[in-house]
Amino acid sequence: MRKLRFHPCGNFNERYEQELTIFETDFGRASLVVGLVILFAVIPYASGPYLLYVLNMVAITAIAAIGLNILIGFTGLLSLGHGAFFGVGAYAAAILATDAGFPFLLAVPSAGLITAMVGTLFGLPSWRLKGLYLTIATLAGQFIIEYLLVHWEGLTKGTMGIVLPGISIFGMALDSDRSFFYIAYICLIVMTLLAVNLMRTSYGRAFIAIRDNDRAAEGMGIPILSYKLLSFAISSFYAGVAGALWAYYMISITTEPFNLGLSVEYIAMVIIGGLGSIVGSIYGALFIVGLNEGLRWLTGILMSVDMLSSMGLSMAPLREIAFGAAIVLFILLEPRGLAEVWRIIRSNFRLWPFSY
Amino acid sequence: MEFFIQLLVNGLSIGFLYGLAAMGFVMIFKASSVLNFAHGELMALGAFVFLVLISWAGLPVYLAFPLALIGCFILGFVVERLFLRPLIGEPLIYVIMLTVGLASIFKGIMLFIWGGNLYTFPDFLPAGLAIHWGSVNIPPVYVVSIAIGLIFLMLFGLFFKYSSQGIYMRSVADNQPAALSLGVHVRKVFALSWAIAALVAGMSGIVLGTINGINVHDLSSIGLKVFPVVILGGLDSIGGAVIGGIIIGLLETFTGGYLSTSLRDVVPYMALVFILMVKPYGLFGLVEIERV
Repeated sequence: MRKLRFHPCGNFNERYEQELTIFETDFGRASLVVGLVILFAVIPYASGPYLLYVLNMVAITAIAAIGLNILIGFTGLLSLGHGAFFGVGAYAAAILATDAGFPFLLAVPSAGLITAMVGTLFGLPSWRLKGLYLTIATLAGQFIIEYLLVHWEGLTKGTMGIVLPGISIFGMALDSDRSFFYIAYICLIVMTLLAVNLMRTSYGRAFIAIRDNDRAAEGMGIPILSYKLLSFAISSFYAGVAGALWAYYMISITTEPFNLGLSVEYIAMVIIGGLGSIVGSIYGALFIVGLNEGLRWLTGILMSVDMLSSMGLSMAPLREIAFGAAIVLFILLEPRGLAEVWRIIRSNFRLWPFSY
Repeated sequence: MEFFIQLLVNGLSIGFLYGLAAMGFVMIFKASSVLNFAHGELMALGAFVFLVLISWAGLPVYLAFPLALIGCFILGFVVERLFLRPLIGEPLIYVIMLTVGLASIFKGIMLFIWGGNLYTFPDFLPAGLAIHWGSVNIPPVYVVSIAIGLIFLMLFGLFFKYSSQGIYMRSVADNQPAALSLGVHVRKVFALSWAIAALVAGMSGIVLGTINGINVHDLSSIGLKVFPVVILGGLDSIGGAVIGGIIIGLLETFTGGYLSTSLRDVVPYMALVFILMVKPYGLFGLVEIERV
């Protein structure tokens, strides 16, 4: 058996493989295992239905946020259409499940693939554009998809919405919050592992090369258009899977939630979590979902105070202000996001008590 | 034919307003290459400040209008100082997301104070300004807005061409390090360009508010419609902004009139994708040539 690795006092890596490991220390690996055991054995039984709902939403949004992080944080392409891709995934799953009668296990990945195709289509402007211009092109994509979702009534039933069948895997009905918790978190873990490992392959390195300097990347023989499109496809695949899970969880879906606000929310998650950090996206999703729920709770309390409710205080403005303030404060104070905050906290413990 | 001409006139006037709204946007982009997603909110703020001054404080128009513009000017200055300056030299995505966050904060504050209701200004324009020409009818608001727009366009042209500040701004936009080394106060230029842009945004917000009424959601969605306009005109061309605005306005009204009203709002974005694919730097934008 090899020697266990704990916190080293410095960088003692001798081979590139050591640089690429997911876990720097065996302590991290062990704590992940413990964390997973707690996640699957304790949390679903210890938490009430409301907390389970929140945790499920965290898992779904985290999947989509990881996808966006691959696009923004690793490939450097800022997309404002992620919310629409999420909606495409939701609708693809809904249509496949109702009209085509796909089972859950088949509908979710197919929805992901369909969304990946749509995402590649809307990534095509990156053929000639980059930077700001590409961002604006994805903004247009957001509006066009939103319009199609509402007005292509033959396919999406327009504003009527679609009602999905309950989730069943191999004839086993799984429609409680708790069983969805398992589905969502298994998906999240698989998708996280895929993303983390993708970034360790040559594809991931090509993405990073494009992000850092696309001309240099091209000079090094990376066909940047196809890699950019690949990044769009992977990112929208994640959004599609998340959207499909969301559609199954919500049971009935309408076109309303998939607006520009949702796209912005995802970008906020990626930034707050930490650009270019897969785990950071999960923190970001946790933060934004937590913020939304916390504000809902706060508004509930404020509403019960007679004087304030008579002033006509509503949820929307408070939410907008808190959300905007979170983005602005993170960008100004900790641009590298929660992942960096966590790293700083951890490194403070590394050599404790002699931290010099 | 009458329908066509009425549509044409409507499209021209709406397009002109878009152009007006886009001017402030181009201003910021030209000086500091920042895409301002809070533009619609700045417009709405201008309109609301004007509303407060004119109907609740009861000031006359000739006093309220300049006061509202001064308020916007100061706001733009403060925004640049507090939020944008710390980000000079940071990657693009942070700056863009910062303006998105600012947009969210502004929108929240406005919803908090004024709610999502539709307000209208008291009627302050004399009806004698309306133009009746055969079957064509141009209401006084449009006449005034076009006049204001032309005045501002001319002022900007002169400002950029002859005033020293305008020349500084152009130099910063062209090559920031070179401008710095020649002694241009780049930070002052950024502050000034934000202040002026906020002023223009406020002005176009007031004009738009006079026509459609003021509503936070409507005005901020027009702030997004600025994107197709500036892309068509070229992100860094003020004249292009006006021409792009007119083209987008015409496209919108004709689609609304002849095809379907629901298509109206999405057509500018379809046009946008098309333009980006065919002519990425717009009609009058500066083509960025990459050299390694």
